[in-house]
Amino acid sequence: MAMTASEIERLIKEAIPDAIVDIRDLAGDGDHYAANVVSASFKGKTRVQQHQMVYAALKGGMGNELHALALQTSAPQD
Amino acid sequence: MSENPVFDRIKNEVSSEDVVLFMKGTPVFPQCGFSNAVVQVLTYLGVPFKGINVLEDDDIRQGIKEFSDWPTIPQLYVKGEFVGGCDIVREMFEQGELRDYLAQKGIETQAA
Repeated sequence: MAMTASEIERLIKEAIPDAIVDIRDLAGDGDHYAANVVSASFKGKTRVQQHQMVYAALKGGMGNELHALALQTSAPQD
Repeated sequence: MSENPVFDRIKNEVSSEDVVLFMKGTPVFPQCGFSNAVVQVLTYLGVPFKGINVLEDDDIRQGIKEFSDWPTIPQLYVKGEFVGGCDIVREMFEQGELRDYLAQKGIETQAA
């Protein structure tokens, strides 16, 4: 059971309300996406911590239903 | 809190070499595009590393995800410290941060 882009976006925004989420479907199979997530809550956090926040938002989907999510995270430029 | 028994094995592995890559397949024969991408970056930088094929050991394959609280493979460790998966290693490399990070850890890289 794959995940849809809108589902991924909804889950991320539920956990990170101010997130700006840009998702691209890489393979059209619901399994391989690229996502760029921008949120002020990433400020001061390492990339690993930022990515872990997004993975936590996906509630275990990452690495299971969702095989590949090429992730880029950043805090908004001041 | 009883720790996952495989954590001891993982701790030994990540401290056995300066640079350790938990991957799918082997450095010579990577079996996953993301694992291969990290192998290419390390090879380009001329950094010797130890590849651990998680496909051969399911305990390690699941245990490493719990150990680092990171849901996917590959996972790169430098001097016992978790650096990241494919996205982070590639982003650090592209922004020239990886070479500096390795130098800070006392690991030489080949000139570009």
